[in-house]
Amino acid sequence: MKTFKMGGIHPEECKFSAGKKTEVISLPKQVVIPLRHYSGKPSIPEVAKGDMVKVGQLIGRADGFVSANVHSSVSGKVVKIDNALDAFGYKNPAVFIDVIGDDWLETIDLTPKVKRTCDLESSEIIKKIAESGIVGLGGATFPTHVKLSVPAGKKAEVLIINGAECEPYLTCDHQLMLEKGEEIIIGITILMKAIQVKRALVGIEANKPDAILNIEKWAKTVEGVEVIPLKVKYPQGSEKQLIQALTGREVPSGGLPIDVGAIVQNVATTFAVYEAVQKNKPLIERVITVTGKSVPEPGNYWVRVGTPLSHVVEKTGGIPEDTGKIVAGGPMMGRALPNLEISVAKGTAAVLFIPSSESGRGKVQNCIRCAKCVFHCPMGLEPYLLMNRSEKNLLDELEQNRVMDCIECGSCSYVCPSNRPLVDYIRYGKLKVGELIRSRKVQQL
Amino acid sequence: MNKLVVSPSPHVHSGNSIQKEMKSVLIALIPAYLVALYYFGVGALIVSVTSVLSCVLFEYLIQNFILKGEKTITDCSAIVTGLLLAFNLPSNLPIWIVIIGALVAIGVGKMSFGGLGNNPFNPALVGRVFLLISFPVQMTSWPRPIPFNPAYMDAETSATALTALKEHLENIPSALDMFIGNMGGSMGEVSTLALLLGFAYLLYRRTISWHIPITILSTVFVMTGIFYLVDPQTYASPLVHLMTGGLMLGAIFMATDFVTSPMTKRGMFVYGIGIGVITVVIRLFGSYPEGVSFAILIMNAFTPLINTYIKPKRFGEVRKK
Repeated sequence: MKTFKMGGIHPEECKFSAGKKTEVISLPKQVVIPLRHYSGKPSIPEVAKGDMVKVGQLIGRADGFVSANVHSSVSGKVVKIDNALDAFGYKNPAVFIDVIGDDWLETIDLTPKVKRTCDLESSEIIKKIAESGIVGLGGATFPTHVKLSVPAGKKAEVLIINGAECEPYLTCDHQLMLEKGEEIIIGITILMKAIQVKRALVGIEANKPDAILNIEKWAKTVEGVEVIPLKVKYPQGSEKQLIQALTGREVPSGGLPIDVGAIVQNVATTFAVYEAVQKNKPLIERVITVTGKSVPEPGNYWVRVGTPLSHVVEKTGGIPEDTGKIVAGGPMMGRALPNLEISVAKGTAAVLFIPSSESGRGKVQNCIRCAKCVFHCPMGLEPYLLMNRSEKNLLDELEQNRVMDCIECGSCSYVCPSNRPLVDYIRYGKLKVGELIRSRKVQQL
Repeated sequence: MNKLVVSPSPHVHSGNSIQKEMKSVLIALIPAYLVALYYFGVGALIVSVTSVLSCVLFEYLIQNFILKGEKTITDCSAIVTGLLLAFNLPSNLPIWIVIIGALVAIGVGKMSFGGLGNNPFNPALVGRVFLLISFPVQMTSWPRPIPFNPAYMDAETSATALTALKEHLENIPSALDMFIGNMGGSMGEVSTLALLLGFAYLLYRRTISWHIPITILSTVFVMTGIFYLVDPQTYASPLVHLMTGGLMLGAIFMATDFVTSPMTKRGMFVYGIGIGVITVVIRLFGSYPEGVSFAILIMNAFTPLINTYIKPKRFGEVRKK
């Protein structure tokens, strides 16, 4: 079975919520819709305090190219525009809306009928995607229209669809593939048209055989879409690893997927593209997984963007007694939250409750140079060395040893028998080396 | 609700620990230890228990009264060092010599550098080589293998196959005896079969990778094979070289010591070839009949250099426009 070549780990899968039908969570009293996504500039508010908004109405306009539109996920009254804490720990502008009813814009097609044909041209599709505020739902929340705009001189050859869902616990993409197989396939054909390729590969890890079957079934109804089962291995869902697993091509160090002719989109993003292009519905809701070892009923839920996590948790069984840590996202790359007053962003894939017995970290001991971090690094780096040089602020050596190639997947910290905080230090090193590289560029100008 | 922990990802850990790795090594040493107890009887028991107890005691004392740093005695690494040291000693070695060996291994080989993780040389080998140089007579009088031998220091001795080789190609044990360990030698090195079982377990547990042992063994096999093909009258067959002396023990358990071996697969090949070549050169042309310990210690010294200059294959190393 196909997979990426070097490194990787296989943590306990813990997919407790697999196969749980998506349920819709009722509307909260107030939503807090963030205007900034993790990548890119915050969008400019289009509404003011006191304005009445409808579901799907534009409330934040993209500021520049790498930025995305934001739409209201509810109908109601704008109470304020103010900073709010996000899952990453930053304060960013957000629109606070008191929910009144559930009044959608008339332009949005709410009928359940699946619309298969799409007559739009490539550029029109990308424009529609940009207007609908679609960002990558796999976690990095990079604006989708930017990824789809192939730079001059480059040519896309293949569309890669990420259905790997390699993070333990998460099942939101899995469930979406089971319930929205046809829509996802139509979304894929739309994306293929947008980037003008004849071929798309859908990579799904082998621990989701039902999803593989369902997507394969719908893939047969269109041309050029192939489903490829992948060996279960983390971090398969990382762009570079996924491209290698599916095509054998290696994105060069410092390069982008387009350098090997590939463009990668997540399955949830693909579904959002379908809804935007075929149903005129902007990105205002997503599936999130609520899970954890002590959660009595782990499940998958449709949640409007901006819903406070406290509301999600209240409607899904509350906080388990023994919780010691709450994570937005999966256990490998998710963010630990200080409280539940943070709202669901476009990139929030899960709320994970970790029991207090597993919340802490083991005692840090000497590096015994067992080389496990080197063997498991999917990028062929030497985490022990990068950590050591980060501690000592030896930036030149860090750069020579390709610290910027690190994808922060955390495999090194996961396997370390001495519990060393490898990826923490490497992140710091990347930050410092990144500053150095930028300052060098400024000097050259 | 409890206070929430906020820390960077990852939020899960494999549960692996130094102690678990060391326990795997100890389990992997069990077959060879049983063979040692069978063929060398009481002597093997006395030497091994003395070595393990003194290594643990010295580490504890040095940590408590000299270094006064973190207590890491529970990581089991001193037990591994103690047992490996014993494996490299003849089973009729007087207790006081064993204790000196343990003191040098732990005190000089490990703790003087700051404890586990900081030592450049394999501590058990530091102890062993110190004893070999200081007590050459006691260190090279090997008891004959006699099942459940009740004798200790008064055990009947014989030359090892390698010593026999050094002199003339006579009195070499049969291939089967060499494979199961029915021959004279250091207590833990004699049984190729038992050591290979341990190797299989270490590979199964992924405690070590195959790269270092297989590289060492293939290098020795190829090099001695060439000499054997050229002149079978003077040189022993490569299989004899593989199954005698400390080669198996060294390749599987000593050269693979985490702390003192390289960090990358490519580096491990270089390191393994180095050990293999030096071993063969000492065995065939040196004044000592056996050279594995020296070969490993010499390559230990090269490990930092190997780590600096030999890098893993990077992802995306291919053409960059």
